[in-house]
Amino acid sequence: MASTETTTSDTPDAQPETRPDAREDARPDARPDAREAPKENGADLAGLEAGLDALETQTAQRTAFGRKLLSKALPPIVAVALVLVLWQLAYHFKVKEHYLLPSPADVGRTLQEKWLEGTLLDYVWTSLSRGALGFLISVAIGTPLGLIVARVKVVRAAIGPILSGLQSLPSVAWVPAAIIWFGLSDATIYAVVLLGAVPSIANGLVAGVDQVPPLYLRAGRVIGATGLNGVRHVLLPAALPGYIAGLKQGWAFSWRSLMAAELIVNAADLGVGLGQLLEQGRELQDMSWVLSAILLILIVGIGIELLIFAPIERRVLRSRGLLARG
Amino acid sequence: MAATLTEAAVDKSTTASATDPAYAARISHVSKSFGRPGAQQLVLDDITIDVAPGEFVTLLGASGCGKSTLLNLVAGLDKPSAGEIEVPGGRPALMFQEHALFPWLTAGKNIELALKMRGLAKSERRDEAERLLEIVRLKGAYGKRVHELSGGMRQRVALARAIAQDSQLLLMDEPFAALDAITRDVLHDELTRIWRETNLSVLFVTHNVREAVRLAERVVLLSSRPGRIAREWEVGIPQPRRIEDSAVADLSIEITEQLRGEIRRHGQH
Repeated sequence: MASTETTTSDTPDAQPETRPDAREDARPDARPDAREAPKENGADLAGLEAGLDALETQTAQRTAFGRKLLSKALPPIVAVALVLVLWQLAYHFKVKEHYLLPSPADVGRTLQEKWLEGTLLDYVWTSLSRGALGFLISVAIGTPLGLIVARVKVVRAAIGPILSGLQSLPSVAWVPAAIIWFGLSDATIYAVVLLGAVPSIANGLVAGVDQVPPLYLRAGRVIGATGLNGVRHVLLPAALPGYIAGLKQGWAFSWRSLMAAELIVNAADLGVGLGQLLEQGRELQDMSWVLSAILLILIVGIGIELLIFAPIERRVLRSRGLLARG
Repeated sequence: MAATLTEAAVDKSTTASATDPAYAARISHVSKSFGRPGAQQLVLDDITIDVAPGEFVTLLGASGCGKSTLLNLVAGLDKPSAGEIEVPGGRPALMFQEHALFPWLTAGKNIELALKMRGLAKSERRDEAERLLEIVRLKGAYGKRVHELSGGMRQRVALARAIAQDSQLLLMDEPFAALDAITRDVLHDELTRIWRETNLSVLFVTHNVREAVRLAERVVLLSSRPGRIAREWEVGIPQPRRIEDSAVADLSIEITEQLRGEIRRHGQH
């Protein structure tokens, strides 16, 4: 048995005499004995391992909440204050006539007036609800589209380049076409929003899927996550960070496209959004009004990013250890 | 359980007609080449290895011996160009050099995903995952994220996930190569312990001669380009062993000499 089993291409005398014998003893007999391993040895190993684990595990250091707030909130506040100071100086030294360049206080007053008229929130809400609805429809279309482009080679070869090309096409370019198709209506506004946001969301998902380490897919196949299970339990969660980045960009594109559409699509029976507000300000040649509207558009865009997307993104990245603390 | 195990091993040499297959994996005359037709490169050449139930076999070889390719073939991630691979116990478990745990799941949920894919009922998964974590001595790590674990702990969770597949055969592709020497040494002890407590058959790939001798019942040396079986050794040193044991060192020296001989041949032409 020893010679048939142990040697394949070697000569028996190449091995020390004792080894085959030792093996004969060791295999059938020694193993069952050894299975009841000495308890002490086991406990030793457990203790050793626990020590090693403790040494190699780093305890996360948490910075105090106040300090964190200070280090996060202070820089942007200083930056905004600096811009306001420069603006005020430009106003003070009359870089432009006052009706061309109103002061920050003038813009603040206009905002206050609109607020007191009680219409300001309506404008914001009209735009925001359009943007949100357009974004959600874009997600519903862009997600399956991105998944198909990422996974089906023929589809990717066919429309992949077009999809990423569409991203560089300013969505305002769709406005004339959309007006011809749909007239001055909500449909036009949504068409422009979709054409802006869908490619961006789909591309985000494609990039997310492309960046999934092949090792995860192999590990998934090994544990039996194949086909739809593989997509659901491995591919999609692995692509999530890229997908969220795509959604974030998709929102930015939705909002931008919406403003472009609202600026141009101006009809009495359509609700007044921030874009229309901006256009009214231009018609009245009221610079404070115009700047107020721009400010509101900016605030809403930043607000959604900070309140919705940033926390989601941070959570996802942190749970995967992809975010450096601090 | 131990008794049936040794019986099965004895069976292998006498009759192979028992109801239980006499092998956990049978690799017969397997060859593999890559590349397009006409410019093919032979990576594995006529490999024949039987892994007995409960046996621990290490595949040892220098770079280019195709040992990882062979594991991929046995795992079913790739198809051999010629020859046959039979794994009667179902889809084998596979551990990589990288832990390959999913970072979007906790340690426990990683194991539960394997249990779910195995078809275990939802109500049983949590307890089973906790039990498997205890086997690799990571009680309390259930809710930990992958990045919160050290390299050695990650490989132990990966081992628990592999065991969770409830496969007869565990394939390991240099699973400890990226660990520091101290951790690797401890994980050798750990793997030996778990292997003896379960009835797993293990096919373990490494380029580390001492590791191969420390762990295995049988060491198979592959030559490089193309990978062929150069020689096999039965390791008769009783477990538990230490990597420092003189018997381990003696056999390692012998195998290293042969391995160097194989490598030298490549410099001559």
